[in-house]
Amino acid sequence: MPILKVNKLTKAFGGLMAVSNVNLELNQGELVGLIGPNGAGKTTVFNLLTGIYVPTSGTITLFQDNNQTQLQCLKPYTICKAGVARTFQNIRLFKDLTVLDNVRIAMHKNLDYGLFASLFHTKAYSEEENQLIEKSLELLKILKLHHKKDELARNLPYGEQRHLEIVRALAANPSLLLLDEPAAGMNPAETANLTEMIGWIRKNFNLTILLIEHDMSLVMKICERIYVLDYGMVIAEGTPSEIKANKRVIEAYLGEEVNHA
Amino acid sequence: MQKLLGSNFLKKAIFLAATFGLVQLLIVTGVINPFIMDTLTTICINIILAVSLNLITGFTGQFSLGHAGFMSIGAYTCTIITLRVPTTLGFITGLLAGAILAALVGAVVGLPTLRLRGDYLAIATLGMAEIIRIIFLNLDITNGAAGLFNNNQYVNWFWLFLFTAGTVVLISNFIKSSHGRACISIREDEIAAEAVGINSTKYKVTAFVMGAFFAGIAGSMHSSYFYFIKPDLFGFLKSINILVIVVFGGLGSISGSIIAAILLALISTSLQSIPELQMVIYAAMLITIMLFRPQGLMGSKELSLSLFKKWSSLIHRKNGGEA
Ligand SMILES: Nc1ncnc2c1ncn2[C@@H]1O[C@H](COP(=O)(O)OP(=O)(O)OP(=O)(O)O)[C@@H](O)[C@H]1O
Ligand SMILES: [Mg+2]
Repeated sequence: MPILKVNKLTKAFGGLMAVSNVNLELNQGELVGLIGPNGAGKTTVFNLLTGIYVPTSGTITLFQDNNQTQLQCLKPYTICKAGVARTFQNIRLFKDLTVLDNVRIAMHKNLDYGLFASLFHTKAYSEEENQLIEKSLELLKILKLHHKKDELARNLPYGEQRHLEIVRALAANPSLLLLDEPAAGMNPAETANLTEMIGWIRKNFNLTILLIEHDMSLVMKICERIYVLDYGMVIAEGTPSEIKANKRVIEAYLGEEVNHA
Repeated sequence: MQKLLGSNFLKKAIFLAATFGLVQLLIVTGVINPFIMDTLTTICINIILAVSLNLITGFTGQFSLGHAGFMSIGAYTCTIITLRVPTTLGFITGLLAGAILAALVGAVVGLPTLRLRGDYLAIATLGMAEIIRIIFLNLDITNGAAGLFNNNQYVNWFWLFLFTAGTVVLISNFIKSSHGRACISIREDEIAAEAVGINSTKYKVTAFVMGAFFAGIAGSMHSSYFYFIKPDLFGFLKSINILVIVVFGGLGSISGSIIAAILLALISTSLQSIPELQMVIYAAMLITIMLFRPQGLMGSKELSLSLFKKWSSLIHRKNGGEA
């Protein structure tokens, strides 16, 4: 059953075709990789999926419980409300706020109490605020950040900042999670730990995950399917072993690494 | 938790009641003379203006240079109504009408302009305040450049205190709620805020409209206490003065705005005896303080018991070191 269908997605920046005619299809519960050399257009695809950029042409359809939503004309916050959450390649936490606040803010979209309750701190306010804290701590526990709840996000070590971004995305209660280079800047041990964590999260949160990553150990290990992007175009699609054997991919992407090694 | 909230509420209530009672006592006994009362009123009005602008600029991160425009809407509405209904009820009606009208104008202006960022928004809000001023300058009902004179003074310490404390309590409550955090997240990173489901336009407009509402109240109090209003009182300079209080106290600190409003009023009152040098010294002091504390007096921190404890332990440590 598909959860996301991307049809002929194109984004031009002036004369540069950052993404051109991309077709993607994700099934419910899948963990799919999106790889490609630097500047291939991967992050741009995420920015299109989450409404930060408006596509030049093409459609993005999200399927959920028998109804489908066209995402290409929606604003980022409505796309998030529709069930798509993400992390950013260059971490975008609310740096001067606490770890707890970062998570609570992502839960705001499902808040029940209104302006009146917030001005007068009514009973509804305190009850729901307590619930928010409880739920946030539960999520923070998964990535072992709960004991740092009162620290400012900017003071966390780099790896934990990446973790917090994942927790924040989970707090938005998505059905589709987009991770942009979650292992960037991590050492092999941290990456292995993260790999396991992503698998665990997918299972326990019943998520579909689309993941951009340069670290092949991670991609090949957990992705069921992989799309390869080069110069804004999908040049290959398949299982990790198919991708490893694909000649065009080796030329465009893996070849680079082979040469470096 | 419930108990904690309760005791906190009690502490606040006792503090507020004590402040009100003490000042009332000083007024009754004549320690606070009319001259000091003028300063006290200016302080209260500036607190309302600064805290409400802080909501827009300090907490939500939207640079506004038009706060005096909203203030003037409150001032004129309240005066026009009290001139026709010269009773306390008329004053309260005027005050509420002024605040609501300011909020409405805030919504009408905010919806298109809050899509602009940074400098552009500042210029747009500046333009808005100028347009409001020119409208008041040209209307018959506002008596043009000569302004309006209100024969009665309805604002006394009771109303001053009620509206000042009310503004501070409501805005701090808002900031400490999920809606307030939504506003703050926009200041922190608008793209990330939208990506986690915050409708940034909605919360920018909410903050702007709330800020305008309270600025309207401040304007009403000004007009009713100081009798006289004219368009020139609410020009660019007034907006800048409010912004100075906010920046001086710390963007994103309500207690900072309150402390700054008090300090700046005291400084400028004490300089009144040397009118030639008043503005020069005032400006020099501002520059000096901003050089040493660019984040403002309080930064984005709030005055609280735990902060006191931190300070006192720091002082203790210093003293211990010297001994
Ligand atoms: N806002 C923008 N304006 C102009 N050009 C852009 C913009 N965003 C991206 N590009 C260009 O689009 C191309 C694709 O960029 P993108 O960031 O999507 O690459 P990427 O695959 O994520 O690369 P990396 O692996 O380095 O993160 C690049 O040439 C980039 O310079
Ligand atoms: Mg990228």
